[in-house]
Amino acid sequence: MRRFRIRKDEGCISCLRCARECSFGAIEAGEDRTLVFHHEKCTDCQRCVSCCPAGAIFITEDGNRFRHGSVFTDDDIREILLQAETGGVLLSSMGASGKDIPIYFDRLLLNASQVTNPSIDPLREPMETAVFLGRRPEGIQRDSEGRIVDNLPPHLELRTPIMFSAMSYGAISLNVHKALAAAAEELGTYWNTGEGGLHESLYPFKGSTIVQVASGRFGVHETYLNTAAAIEIKIGQGAKPGIGGHLTGKKIIGDVSKTRMVPEGLDAISPAPHHDIYSIEDLAQLVMSIKEATHHEKPVIVKVAAVHNIAPIASGIARSGADIISIDGYRGGTGAAPKRIRDNVGIPIELAIASVDQRLREERIRDRVSVIASGGIRNSADAVKAIALGADAVSIGTAALCALGCHVCASCHTGRCAWGLATQDPQLTGRLDPEKGAARLINLVNAWTREIKEIMGGMGINSIEALRGNRMALRGAGLNEKELEILGIGYAGE
Amino acid sequence: MKKEGEVRISSGCAISGIFCRNGKRITGEAIRKSIAVMHNRSNGLGGGFAAYGIYPQYSDFFALHIFYDSQSAREETERFLDKRFDIINLSKIPVRQTPKIPDPPLIWRYFITPLPHLLQDSQLDEDEYTSRAMLRINDSLKGAYVVSCGKDMGVFKAVGYPEDVADFYRIEEYEGYSWTAHGRYPTNTPGWWAGSHPFSLLDLTVVHNGEISSYDANRRAVEMYGYPCNLLTDTEVITYILDYLTRKQGLTLRECSRVIAAPFWTTIAIKDEEERSRLSYLRKMYSSFLITGPFSILVGFRGGMMALNDRLKLRSLVAAEKGGTVYFSSEEAAIRVIEDDPDRVWAPRGGEAVIVTLDKEAAV
Repeated sequence: MRRFRIRKDEGCISCLRCARECSFGAIEAGEDRTLVFHHEKCTDCQRCVSCCPAGAIFITEDGNRFRHGSVFTDDDIREILLQAETGGVLLSSMGASGKDIPIYFDRLLLNASQVTNPSIDPLREPMETAVFLGRRPEGIQRDSEGRIVDNLPPHLELRTPIMFSAMSYGAISLNVHKALAAAAEELGTYWNTGEGGLHESLYPFKGSTIVQVASGRFGVHETYLNTAAAIEIKIGQGAKPGIGGHLTGKKIIGDVSKTRMVPEGLDAISPAPHHDIYSIEDLAQLVMSIKEATHHEKPVIVKVAAVHNIAPIASGIARSGADIISIDGYRGGTGAAPKRIRDNVGIPIELAIASVDQRLREERIRDRVSVIASGGIRNSADAVKAIALGADAVSIGTAALCALGCHVCASCHTGRCAWGLATQDPQLTGRLDPEKGAARLINLVNAWTREIKEIMGGMGINSIEALRGNRMALRGAGLNEKELEILGIGYAGE
Repeated sequence: MKKEGEVRISSGCAISGIFCRNGKRITGEAIRKSIAVMHNRSNGLGGGFAAYGIYPQYSDFFALHIFYDSQSAREETERFLDKRFDIINLSKIPVRQTPKIPDPPLIWRYFITPLPHLLQDSQLDEDEYTSRAMLRINDSLKGAYVVSCGKDMGVFKAVGYPEDVADFYRIEEYEGYSWTAHGRYPTNTPGWWAGSHPFSLLDLTVVHNGEISSYDANRRAVEMYGYPCNLLTDTEVITYILDYLTRKQGLTLRECSRVIAAPFWTTIAIKDEEERSRLSYLRKMYSSFLITGPFSILVGFRGGMMALNDRLKLRSLVAAEKGGTVYFSSEEAAIRVIEDDPDRVWAPRGGEAVIVTLDKEAAV
């Protein structure tokens, strides 16, 4: 179904580069070095535009539109036509598109110091962004000579409050994993394997790796669990709360098959629930089993999607023995999800973090656990706002992929990613040089960290922990009273 | 217009403190003179004093100083106290009426001790039993406000310039071994009596100059542990944090200073291994209580005083010594006016607590 139009202007030098770059078959070389455009196949991934040496090609929205003025929009009608033809569930990828659901980050404004206290210049004074994630005991212990005994359970130490979200090998390429791992190590933060196992070539990045245990248990074995700084139990993700995953057999080839421990060509299906977790007490047992398997040397993270009753869910997780709770919001990305689920299930991360942080405080256990926020963090200001609402740190998935070239065309589920990220086609995966990719990820996170320091300094805050849950740093604009109440903030001007 | 307590008000300030290590009890005249020098650092919207060693004849009992908006608030509060405590003595606090201190509330003093059978049933120690009752008065009894509730100590505060507050309370008639004073410069409020400093819980008093940028992170953390913050002032939060860390968590004041004015990670990194692990433990364990932004505080406690600056030293704080007496102040002039020939004058470094205590033989 045609959404976009591919156009070129007189600058075209007929080098046919665009045709070579297009992995969706939308641009083909015809006879006599002419270009043939199959507009209906274009995903607007912008690969051709970025690669055109003459700057002669561009993509526009298709000018044709269906009759307006009806309850049914263009997209509604297109989707009905598609489903009437195929009888299938609509697939999509990346984050939810719900246009009428507010992006609350954009309605939050940050504070700054004026007169009554000084702002702090990050170029002149130390500005601390280090974060420690993990459990804290209820009190101190002293030895017989009165010295404090270190009774802290294992922690993750981050030099900056930005981590990379879980993206599995299979959904994305090994080169992406390589770039993420190398960048995380250099940045002093962590990357996350997702549920597809850890390729052996990445074992040396053990100290910067979080390995995931999801419902399919793909690639989970003792060495895997112990080749990590922390283990994440994935209950759900923001893009598709309540449902499992499905990696088609055509992506289960070669090393993906070996790493996932799934036979080649066989679909890898993650069940919707973990079949050993049907309730919160089961989660406590899995947390404990994993701690036993890793000799109580590593923190355990439990990742959940932000759903309606996220506050009591988080409270239950905090009491399950988990060290860190990771909450993925409504706009969280994915490599493939049913479109209806992606766009209609779950709640925005801003509201989820605010209500979880508040609930954990009311239950007096906020200091016992750490909280990671993800799902639609687009820039450093979003990260600062998430922390001021109550998160210890944030993690980024889509933003990291963008640093590697992604233009969010939301076609990951096709496996034809022209940027070589969400694909296993060796012709395409080679388009990402892991070293160059790592350098770009490092640049991105360093840039955000600099901006975070600048924002903190403006507020007179010189350590990130003094920003955590500091809701007075935020004011709302364009929000109703209920929204302000849930976010726990005042209105701008108040 | 919202008054303080309903909205957070920032303020600048002057602070001053005198501590006699040898336990010698001096009248309030010296501290009045000292804080009066810094008249310009206040704007007449708040002043106050804390004194230790002033009630030796009642030193086993909790001394309550309470503000009441009305007689009915007093009657209700006295009924509340009577159910839970033995009231050994009660009286109005004597004041000298002056036009400079208008509209005072009713100001009462009580010496109380927990009823033994209730204390036993509560399974709490008497400090916790008493502090919970006092927090409850402040949180839920309308028109009643507990100004101080420690033993052998008291807080005298009002809306006005500190020297006028001293005259109002006749503090020259009290003798104590430890005095702190505060002059306030709130930015935009009519000022109210309870919002003045010192702020206090049990034996702990805090006077504070600054505006902390970590306020809401700290407030939300300490509220979690049963300290409702009603005044929305920095000082209230700092007092509760110190009470929580010392009395509930068992930290020393020196350790507390490493939590609230924690050394930078880069500083911790160059310490020897034992110190490094101690300091990083305190930062990780109590990260919610790191205080950022400018502050200089004087913390009074039974038998001692702590002076502490924020870790960047964004507020002035000077210390001096003469014989067995230690002085702290926002400005050196406020020390020199009462001791013109100190043995030593110095500016404590940011984050470096100066803690003084009574000499052993002088311990009360």
